[in-house]
Amino acid sequence: MTAVTQPQLDVAVAHSVPRQRDGGGREPSLPPSVYGSPARRLATRIGGYAVLAFFAILFIYPFVIQLANAFKTEQDAAANPLSPIPSPLSTASIERIFVGTGFPTWLANSVLITVLVTLGRVFFDSLAGYALARLRFRGRRVLFGTVLGMMSVPGVVLLIPKFLVLKQLGLYNSYAGLIIPVFIDAAGIFIMKQSFESVSVDIEEAARIDGAGIFRTYWSVVLPTMRPALITLTILSFQATWNEFPHTLVAVQSPQYFTLPRGLADLVSGSLGAGTQYPLKLGAALLATIPVAVLFFVFQRYFVRGANEGGSKG
Amino acid sequence: MTATGASLTRPVVRKTPRTGIYGRQGSAGWLFVSPAVVILGVFLLLPILMALFVSFTAWNGQGSPFTSTVPMAGGDNYTNLFAKDGLTRLDFMTSIRNNLYYVLLVVPLQTVIALSLALVVNQRLLKGKSFFRTAFFFPSVTSSVAISVVFLFIFLNGGAVNAVLGFFGIQGPQWFQDSRGLLHVILGGLGLVNNDSPPAALTGHTAFGLSYWDWLAGPSVAMCAIIALVVWTTSGTFMLMFLSALQNLPTELDEASLLDGASRRQHLRYVTLPMLKPTLFLVLTLGLIGTWQVFDQVYVMSQGNPAKTTLTPAFLSYRTAFYDFNYGSGAAISFILFLIIITLTLLQRYIMRDRDDRRPLWRRLSKGGAR
Repeated sequence: MTAVTQPQLDVAVAHSVPRQRDGGGREPSLPPSVYGSPARRLATRIGGYAVLAFFAILFIYPFVIQLANAFKTEQDAAANPLSPIPSPLSTASIERIFVGTGFPTWLANSVLITVLVTLGRVFFDSLAGYALARLRFRGRRVLFGTVLGMMSVPGVVLLIPKFLVLKQLGLYNSYAGLIIPVFIDAAGIFIMKQSFESVSVDIEEAARIDGAGIFRTYWSVVLPTMRPALITLTILSFQATWNEFPHTLVAVQSPQYFTLPRGLADLVSGSLGAGTQYPLKLGAALLATIPVAVLFFVFQRYFVRGANEGGSKG
Repeated sequence: MTATGASLTRPVVRKTPRTGIYGRQGSAGWLFVSPAVVILGVFLLLPILMALFVSFTAWNGQGSPFTSTVPMAGGDNYTNLFAKDGLTRLDFMTSIRNNLYYVLLVVPLQTVIALSLALVVNQRLLKGKSFFRTAFFFPSVTSSVAISVVFLFIFLNGGAVNAVLGFFGIQGPQWFQDSRGLLHVILGGLGLVNNDSPPAALTGHTAFGLSYWDWLAGPSVAMCAIIALVVWTTSGTFMLMFLSALQNLPTELDEASLLDGASRRQHLRYVTLPMLKPTLFLVLTLGLIGTWQVFDQVYVMSQGNPAKTTLTPAFLSYRTAFYDFNYGSGAAISFILFLIIITLTLLQRYIMRDRDDRRPLWRRLSKGGAR
């Protein structure tokens, strides 16, 4: 994303700005003074920190509430929802999550599906991305155009269509129905194609001249150089699959196939939904958040990269 | 899209001198993309066509929709949404109204918050940037369902938000039981209208089955809680986009304008913001496209209640199909939604492609984009 459009024009506008009252006697050649008087700088800095601190509390405190209330008794959570300290500290809800709900099943399903889908996406997205970036075959342009088009098909309008096709193929209410439809995604193909195009073609041609086949060139020569893109794709796939909710809603029905988001949603809006048991629900939501949270804190820069790539695809 | 391309290209490629390293690329290419073509074709393109067919039937979910026993509905599923007086149209128009107010609040709020946070975080005098960036971005990578559970708790009647409001002496509403529209509440609070007997001029006239009074309700109090959640989760992602754009701005420009004595406000107004225009546009359009797809939060937090004031087209289409077993009507709603979103997406792509073009939008569109 190159944000620079006609800088000359903007500079011209900047130059037409009248000189400032408080900058009258200032030497233009002293860069530090450019940022204002020391008092003003301090005021700006304090103001900036105040804004940031306010928003940081706003963004972090819901997680504090979640964590604290998961370890409260139900009475304590109802009486002091805002307090960050449970009194008394109680692990009863956390224990009940494991023995009194379908949580262990949901967790196992989520792990299984996330691992399989992530593997599938990383391999098949990069395979297709490589072909679209490097191999010359008829229909390539049309195919890439189709992939671009598919990226903008919103998931929520596909709920009924996906349900129809899963029913028709006999995949409804099965692991296959949970996995196969999301096994390859258009956005991943797009990211990989862009990444393959950004590296030099020389090394591949050398390998091919040395007699390596197309697949071997891709697998042992090109792919090892794509580590950052592959990590980004792995993380994006993991996060997307772990958090996926609408697809599970139309793909399965029996609690034995529920993933964590589906189970959580059932816990809240289903039979147990009536107003109470919040420490239990918050605890389950907390446990479901932990894997992605850990991944986020370890690989934050890849998340950032993913967010910016998601934006520039438009 | 069939695999005939491979057999067609092969003889041509063989004749070229580059056969050594470029040979067999036709078949290899198709082999490499074939898993993607099959999966995306079967689970994306095919379903869309099937649903389009179902939207013209009155299928109730029993058996296969592709047998002759399924009654055809013609265009009824579509005309019922717009032209025929009844519950179907009332629900659909209510969902459109709800989503319009949702868009109207979420898009400006998340954009302004994201931009402001990016500008503050980007200040060179501040330390601890990466901490704040992490804090603001984290909510957007968590599960929408898990975070909805947290906000459900926070917005309980005796919950955290009302406890904070109570601290300031404000009696908080019963968030998810409160179907009053925000505009009604404000107008009533100012004494301009009486909500028990609203003006006859507004209740007496209807547009698409919904009275003017109902169209002008504003988002319900319950919807405001969902809006708060969504703004809270999405602002971080958009802040990152602004931040990366800000960090790509040439620093000479900052220095030039500051040396010229521009005040902070003038610098922001005349230098920074014009340079951020493409990103601003991207964030606004991504917001517009995203806000029409709200589903998870509605499913977990309200199921369209209270009094259908958090019903959105996406959730209505799901509810119509899977709760009321009216798959034809549900599919029709999702196609209307599809149309809305695709129109916004195409508009975005079209304008982004010509973003260096400084002519006004209407002129670019009317002249077919020619420079």
